[in-house]
Amino acid sequence: MKISVQINEGPYQHQSSDSAYNFVKAALDKGHDIVRVFFYHDGVNNGTRLASPPQDDRNVQQRWSDLSKEHNLDLVICVAAAQRRGIVDDGEAERNGKDATNIMDGFHISGLGQLIEAAVESDRLVVFGD
Amino acid sequence: MAGEIKQFLYVNRKAPYGTVYALESLEVVLIGAAFDQDVRLLFMDDGVFQIKKDQNTEASGLKNFSPTYNALGDYDVNKIYVSKESLDERGLTQDDLMPLVYEDEDDDWAEKSSIKIVSADEIRDLMEGSDVVLSF
Repeated sequence: MKISVQINEGPYQHQSSDSAYNFVKAALDKGHDIVRVFFYHDGVNNGTRLASPPQDDRNVQQRWSDLSKEHNLDLVICVAAAQRRGIVDDGEAERNGKDATNIMDGFHISGLGQLIEAAVESDRLVVFGD
Repeated sequence: MAGEIKQFLYVNRKAPYGTVYALESLEVVLIGAAFDQDVRLLFMDDGVFQIKKDQNTEASGLKNFSPTYNALGDYDVNKIYVSKESLDERGLTQDDLMPLVYEDEDDDWAEKSSIKIVSADEIRDLMEGSDVVLSF
């Protein structure tokens, strides 16, 4: 089955990213196709590389990045939500005159159309959030 | 995705201010309208306050984005459902809501209300009949 996932909440504050991660891993293990993982609202904070969680805890952002490399996942951060919250890649830094970037390897910033397109192209869109 | 049309249902359940969900949900709806899908909006729980008329955010300093809902008709988003139970629970009626309208091209562009008040049973049918349900 072709599945897309939407994550609406930030890491650590909320379990939605953890649940989505476990769901995506389980779906991949079962042979399903993950079309896209779309990060929206505070979910965009799952895509910063500047977080330093305690050593004895999971690293939510790194975990997504590693899974993306392993399975060639399409991790998309919503540009409008990212601009509000300061998630920045090279293109956004240049466009908005920012002096730094913080996007995690494996993520990329794109538009809300990517969410709609994923919903149209997938058999299921699974939303994680409140 | 060429030519494929799915039934999208956006479920809006939260108050317009206090959290950003309502504003960012509206942004998805407006972007999604460009994709020629069959779009329906449902307002329930505190989400019914999102389309209450005469919103004034001056004291809070937050942006009053409620006028944007009036543009939905121009985006061909004209199936807007509102939970009767949620209105009743909050002492609201349709008269308290913004008069969201669209122009019906099949009826000489007559202006018609986009809003339909629905029961819990109708909401269930609405969800069952949707291919994609996005809840905000």
